[in-house]
Amino acid sequence: MESSEIDAIIKQYRGEESAILAILQDLQAKEKYLPKEALEYLGEKLHIPLNKIYRIATFYRAFSLKPRGRHEICVCMGTACHVRGAQRIADQMNLQLGIRPGETTEDQNFTLETVNCLGVCAAGPVVAIDGQYFGKMSPGKVEGTLKKFRSDKKEGLNAKA
Amino acid sequence: MRRLSSTQELEKLRDEILKKRDPHQPFITVCGGTGCHASGCHQVVDAFKKVLHERVKSNGVGLRVTGCHGFCERGPLVVIHPQKIMYQRVKPEDAPAIFQETVLKGKGIENLLYEHPTTGEKINTEEDVPFYKKQMRIIFGNNGSIDPTQIEDYIAVGGYRALPKALFTMKPEEIIKEVKKANLRGRGGGGFPAGLKWEQCRSAPSEIRYVICNADEGDPGAYMDRSLLEGNPHSVLEGMIIGAYAIGSREGYVYVRNEYPLAVENIGIAIRQARDLGLLGKNILGSGFEFDVKVSRGGGAFVCGESTALMASIEGNVGEPRAKHIHTVISGLWERPSNLNNVETWANVPVIIDRGADWYSQIGTEGSKGTKIFSLVGKVNNTGLVEVPMGISLREIVYDIGGGIPGGKKFKAIQTGGPSGGCIPESLMDLPVDFDRLTEVGSMMGSGGMIVMDESTCMVDLAKYFMNFLKDESCGKCTSCREGTKRMHELLTDITEGRGTMDHIDLLEELGWVTAEASLCALGGTAPNPVLSTIRYFRDEYKEHIINKRCPAKVCRAFLKYRILSDVCTMCGRCAKACPVEAISGKTRTKKEKGIPFKIDEQKCIKCGMCFESCKFEAVEAQ
Repeated sequence: MESSEIDAIIKQYRGEESAILAILQDLQAKEKYLPKEALEYLGEKLHIPLNKIYRIATFYRAFSLKPRGRHEICVCMGTACHVRGAQRIADQMNLQLGIRPGETTEDQNFTLETVNCLGVCAAGPVVAIDGQYFGKMSPGKVEGTLKKFRSDKKEGLNAKA
Repeated sequence: MRRLSSTQELEKLRDEILKKRDPHQPFITVCGGTGCHASGCHQVVDAFKKVLHERVKSNGVGLRVTGCHGFCERGPLVVIHPQKIMYQRVKPEDAPAIFQETVLKGKGIENLLYEHPTTGEKINTEEDVPFYKKQMRIIFGNNGSIDPTQIEDYIAVGGYRALPKALFTMKPEEIIKEVKKANLRGRGGGGFPAGLKWEQCRSAPSEIRYVICNADEGDPGAYMDRSLLEGNPHSVLEGMIIGAYAIGSREGYVYVRNEYPLAVENIGIAIRQARDLGLLGKNILGSGFEFDVKVSRGGGAFVCGESTALMASIEGNVGEPRAKHIHTVISGLWERPSNLNNVETWANVPVIIDRGADWYSQIGTEGSKGTKIFSLVGKVNNTGLVEVPMGISLREIVYDIGGGIPGGKKFKAIQTGGPSGGCIPESLMDLPVDFDRLTEVGSMMGSGGMIVMDESTCMVDLAKYFMNFLKDESCGKCTSCREGTKRMHELLTDITEGRGTMDHIDLLEELGWVTAEASLCALGGTAPNPVLSTIRYFRDEYKEHIINKRCPAKVCRAFLKYRILSDVCTMCGRCAKACPVEAISGKTRTKKEKGIPFKIDEQKCIKCGMCFESCKFEAVEAQ
């Protein structure tokens, strides 16, 4: 990330120290994670100790210190989805992708996350992939849904023969 | 748009807007709330745009994308005015017919109308649908008729009428008196009287005071505040301006979850529009009063819904609560007197000022006045947002409005108050909903999540679910909360995995008590509620797990066994194909070969339930 891009973000908030959360959010939105160099640069510019920036970056769920996959999967674990079997969806994702929530596949294609509620309870259980909603999910629908986003279009686990 | 500098100018603008709008002119509203968005309302909007563009005659037929109508279960929702004909589950390909038949000829289209679930009768208008009939939509009602990105729409329905009334005809003390008289209690969950809070903040000695809108709606299964902020942001803003005038504040914040992008966008647009019109900024409507609002986006931490944590977060710090020996109304944001109310509370303010406390306090019960918006979700037929007068019974909400439990299953419990609330059993279904009664039975009003559960929900698993949530969201400052939630989660995991003893229940109760007593903020203070309330009302279910090693709801996997009934099995092979771990063996029947019924190897089975789901003949049994 170019330092000029970070400068532009800082400028939007008039360089105010209290805007650190907003600045980090903009950085995260742009890069999909918070690169170490960007945080160091930010600390220097705003005169905030790096440990404070890291404390914020690791406290809030919205931030990631690791690069994310091309597609971000959010399995909703809200109460309404939970009582309709969201855990099974999460388990099936885990099984199909071989990663746990918070992890990214080796080919950098998918990052799996769980969220506390997407607020689309009528469609539960819900999964959002890159902001697109897939409602009334069932473990059986996971494979087909993922297929649309697979980079190599390779078949999922179940296509054994 | 010109800046308004007096009440007369505002009223003149209102007249101009209304004159331009012929009430008999047909127009189409499409619900643009997140629920309908998920079911594809944007394609429907595009389809209507195309139709309206193609037809020359359509000149003058308006199309409006509105906020959430509430009936998310039946989205995308379309309402045709002036007749207010409501269509549900509309698809893009329905647009031409709706235009041709309903907009031009005023005729209803049968198959898009809502069908009464018991009588089968087709229902034409929104207000006749049972889901809406028992509701009282004084806060939420305008959502369905205004475009949230157009301030004119809000003004047209009488918006910004309470503001000049407050600024020019009432003293700040009188406004506070009115809010106190209306007995408006905080809708964020605590139920603290808003007028009292305002008064304390006003009398705190300081030159600078802040008003804050808490839109960090973190309870899973609750989305009322989002829908208000997305669908009618000006009503929240108007409430804040009136509040700021009463309290003597010049600066306000809206702290909103960044996970709600549409809400962030719409409140931002609303603030800009209000500024342009002179409803925010210096010398509001020529009154000399100055006030402006900034938006602060949250970072996805549940604990930031707590007032002191939220303020720390606005200041650019980690969102950890602090002890409230000195209340935030005396020393809050940047150590200045700060008044924080939730979205729905603010939205109630213009209604109280406009219609008066006498009118407002007729609604509700002795201790809880007005209405409350709930998000009715889970195992219920009509999922959606409902606004009901306080004092209505849970039964009316679940059965009359919610349409009961789907699939003929048996109702088990209702959970209110989010992770801080508790479960209410069938025997208390006639309980009137108000702040005090819900607290009495071990739950709480909370921000308004209402999750319905049926016989297939395991209460121990549910308690474990909430404890898992809370242990992740505990900020870690207080040992009792950080460790208490973790240990309670471990104990519950033990029970759901077959390692539980009766001592586990005693320990849970003891730990729950300590966690509640020794933690600083409401997160820890209420954390044991889901555990304690399920033990209180569903002790037998805990015992069943511990003594008989059985999960009656067939949820806890440790006790679950899948089995294929060989006499029912048609040997289609679907289950074996679906099984991700090749635990199912047998032989598919073909025209040539006889086949062998399939069976599950228990050693290999991971109990994912794929076979159960894939079988079309109910040959897979869960025990």
